Amino acid sequence: MPIQEGTYGLLAEFDTPSDLVRAAQTAYASGYRRMDCYTPYPVEEAAAAIGFHRDNVSLICLIGGLLGVVAMFSLETWISVWAYPLNVGGRPYYSWPAFVIPAYEWTILFSGLSAAFGMLAINGLPQVYHPLFNSPNFRSGATSDKFFLCLESTDPKFDVAESRTFLEGFEPVSVVEVEY
Amino acid sequence: MATKDTPVNDPMLDPITGEIRVIGPGHTFKSVTEKISRIVLTPHTPLGWYGGLFLAGGGATLLLIAVTWLFLRGTGIWGITQPVAWGFAIINFVWWIGIGHAGTLISAILLLFKQTWRNSINRFAEAMTIFAVVCAGMFPLIHTGRPWLGYWLFPLPFTMNVWPQFRSPLLWDVFAVSTYATISVVFWYIGMIPDLATLRDNAKSKVGQFFYGMIAMGWRGSVRHWVRYETASLLLAGLSTPLVLSVHTVISFDFAVALLPGWHTTIFPPYFVAGAVYSGFAMVLTLAIPIRKFYHLEDIVTIRHIDNMGKVMLVTGMIVAYGYGMEVFMSWYSASHWEYFMMWNRMFGPMGWSYWVLITCNIALPQLMWLRKFRSNVGLMFLMSFIVNTGMWFERFVIVVTSLTRDYLPSSWGTYKATRWDYATFVGTLGLFTFLFFLFIRLLPMIPMSELRILLPQAKIHPKDEPLPEAGD
Repeated sequence: MPIQEGTYGLLAEFDTPSDLVRAAQTAYASGYRRMDCYTPYPVEEAAAAIGFHRDNVSLICLIGGLLGVVAMFSLETWISVWAYPLNVGGRPYYSWPAFVIPAYEWTILFSGLSAAFGMLAINGLPQVYHPLFNSPNFRSGATSDKFFLCLESTDPKFDVAESRTFLEGFEPVSVVEVEY
Repeated sequence: MATKDTPVNDPMLDPITGEIRVIGPGHTFKSVTEKISRIVLTPHTPLGWYGGLFLAGGGATLLLIAVTWLFLRGTGIWGITQPVAWGFAIINFVWWIGIGHAGTLISAILLLFKQTWRNSINRFAEAMTIFAVVCAGMFPLIHTGRPWLGYWLFPLPFTMNVWPQFRSPLLWDVFAVSTYATISVVFWYIGMIPDLATLRDNAKSKVGQFFYGMIAMGWRGSVRHWVRYETASLLLAGLSTPLVLSVHTVISFDFAVALLPGWHTTIFPPYFVAGAVYSGFAMVLTLAIPIRKFYHLEDIVTIRHIDNMGKVMLVTGMIVAYGYGMEVFMSWYSASHWEYFMMWNRMFGPMGWSYWVLITCNIALPQLMWLRKFRSNVGLMFLMSFIVNTGMWFERFVIVVTSLTRDYLPSSWGTYKATRWDYATFVGTLGLFTFLFFLFIRLLPMIPMSELRILLPQAKIHPKDEPLPEAGD
């Protein structure tokens, strides 16, 4: 990524989740799209307000799970039937009911790992640096007790002066210009 | 419900429902953050913590000595022999892994059932799961006698071209337990990320900021992230639920798939799972009661939690009692001479005393938990948690030892006596478990702050036309 300079966006701070949701709804209705809300706990209404409804984590989880079950079942079959056929008490080489159990465990293992790491990957984490961390009020509040709305400068409707007036209309605690 | 025997103006009572609150009144987003993060971020480590860590560390050292001696001399230092080749190692394995199950139950199953009261106890219950699995996983490995060949259990391409035998329940165990350990760690860590970010932002020291900053992975609470995060948490919960049920089921297969009287029974999977949850909740109480006292968390881990855990223990205890009853019934109803003798031997044989310890601890005494007064008495519940875990340990002792000592052929009957190394290893795992737990409560957030915030009244979103509540309302 090239080094970026200038303004990342305008960050408005709110005390309550309700204020944030109202501001986000109005901003979305006024045509802002490149924006994000930051909350210390999941606020589904805020995600809905900025038009974010669907996520792909479930799909990744499903793919992982299918991969797991297929991988383990075929491994078991290959080992028990071709690679190392072993007669145990006269049981058939292809003892599929017994193979179900490790395959079941691997379904869970793979889908769980895919859900967890897939979620992190789509979120772009780990990402230890982010421009928002330059804002002191964000650092002290975003993971504790404050609610933030950030209008990003990449939005075509974004203009430092106009957007600031727009945000100040919601009577936030503060509006901060965040640098890259 | 609880109003009769408690004063009406008790601040811990919710005025609307009359029930004991899940979280004390007057908490705000900030107070929750401060209260929990202070435990971790304070530069002043309480003296009691050092004392506890020292004692637990002594136990862990004992484990190290016991295992070192075991590796030098072999499994002959234990009491295991023919016919009881399983002994303490397998008893402890089943006991420990069972304890872990409550953590997953609280974090996964109660999440799916939207039991929000579990929010404040799920983190340390999950930590308990992981440390219990650490202790459990060690036992089958060191019991193999040649633990350095443990990798043979996995389907890896060796030069010898030898592969595992997938029809054996012991191999299913490998996959069940390793999956359980992995998923538990991932679930625990993912759940902790937002709180680690809180610690990063509240840490005063450079070391703290760096350490929590790295493991928080740059979490910044974007609502897009939260939506995916919530989906992933729900998926992990949904996956952990069948997983936790399967783990103890597979462990019960170790017994049930064998042909030994007393083992070869279909009741084992459900009753093992219920027993696991039973002992796990007891262990959560054993840990939660001193911690809430020591760190003054009575308004976050409330009497409501203890009461609810008592109820879960009562239910799972009754399922276990049904399992015992059904075992007795089937040994008569099967009209099998061997089954009949097994049950007689279990009750009145040379080790019959252990069966009655189990019945007393697991069935008779826990009936006291029908009383609300008993369930909301912290001291008595603490005592009960020990009683139940003793009982559950004896359950595994009875299953493993009494069935093995006297099987079909009287000429191969034997007895079992644990040696001092058996006891040292067991006590050592208790030490290791406690040691890890002490480290956990000092270094990581033991109560999920982000999930507690959801429980606060301020978290409710008010639509546009409604007036906003006052701060702290």
